Amino acid sequence: MAEEAMFDFIHMEAVSYVFQGGEKIVEDEAVSKLEHMGFASGYRLVERLTRESGRYKDELDIMKYICKDLWVTVYKKQIDNLRTNHQGVYVLHDNRFRFLSHMATGKQYLQYAPRYLAFTCGLVRGCLANLGVTCVVTAEVTQLPACKFQIQVQRG
Amino acid sequence: MSRQSMRSNDPKKVSGELFTLTYGSLVAQLLKDYENVDDVNRQLERMGYNIGMRLIEDFLARANPGRCYDLRDTADKIQQAFKLYLGVSPSIGSWSPGGDEFSVVLETNPLAEFVELPDHCLGLRYSNILAGVIRGACEMVQLEVMAWFIADQLKGDNVTEIRVKFVKRLEDAIPAGED
Repeated sequence: MAEEAMFDFIHMEAVSYVFQGGEKIVEDEAVSKLEHMGFASGYRLVERLTRESGRYKDELDIMKYICKDLWVTVYKKQIDNLRTNHQGVYVLHDNRFRFLSHMATGKQYLQYAPRYLAFTCGLVRGCLANLGVTCVVTAEVTQLPACKFQIQVQRG
Repeated sequence: MSRQSMRSNDPKKVSGELFTLTYGSLVAQLLKDYENVDDVNRQLERMGYNIGMRLIEDFLARANPGRCYDLRDTADKIQQAFKLYLGVSPSIGSWSPGGDEFSVVLETNPLAEFVELPDHCLGLRYSNILAGVIRGACEMVQLEVMAWFIADQLKGDNVTEIRVKFVKRLEDAIPAGED
C-alpha cells in the first residue's frame, strides 16, 4: 500500500525536523518531542482501532494485542518475540523494524538509530495509556535492523 | 484467536488514519514550537518539499508514468499520484487561458479528516505540506512550479483547492569544470 510510504516520509521529516540545527540542539529534548508526537498519535489511533473489539482480560492480553494487531497495522508485521517477567516488565523483539530496515544491516549508522525509535516508543506508550496501562517504554538497538522495546508498567 | 476476527476489516483505511493522526501530531508540535502560524506554514511547506523530492522516485518506480510533454500531462500525473498516495481522486480544472496554471480540487482532504481549526489558528494552512510535495516532486522532473492553497474546507470553503502555476522548465546543468 502506497500510503505506507507517506507515513514513512512524514516520520522521516519529523525526525529531521526535531534534529535540525545540528549540534546545538539538546538530544534529550528532541527525542522527547518525537516521543510526544508518538504518544499523541498512539493515544488517538488505538481508540479507533479497538472500537469494535471486546474487553481485554488482563495486561498480558493487552500486550498481545500490541504485538499482533497494532504492529501489523502500523508496521505490517508482528513482533517476533514477546517476553515478560510477570512483574510488569515486557520486552518486545522486532528482528526487522521497518524504520530501520532501509538504513543498514549491521552496525553502520548505529548511533542514529535511537532517533528513529523514539516516535514508536511514544506510540506504544500512547496506545497503552488509552487502554488503561501506565508505563515507561524504552528502546534499544545493538544490531540494525533488529531492535527491542522494553515496557515497564507503573503500578500504584 | 477470537480477537483476530474483530480486527478492523479494512487495513487500508486504518493505515490512512495512522498517517492522518501522525501528521496531526506533527502540526501540533510545530504550533507549539513556533510562535506564529506563518512560520508553521513555511515549515510545513519545506517538509513537503523534502518529501516530494523523495516521493517522486517512489512514484516513478511504482507507477511508471513516463515523461510529461506538457502541463496537462503533468496535471494528470499529479492526479494519479494523489490517488496512489492519499487514496483520493482530485479533479483538475480552472485552467488559465495561457494554460500555465491549474487547480487541483479535493472533495475530501484525508489530511484534515479529524481536524477542526481553533480560532487563533485561522491563518494556518493546515495541509500546506501538500503544496510543498507538489513543488518538490515537480522540481525533480525539471519543472519549476509554484503551488499554494486558495480554498480550504477547514476554513469553511466547499472544497480544498490547490493552485499550481508553471514557472519554468529547468535545464540540465553541466557539472562544474566540464565543457
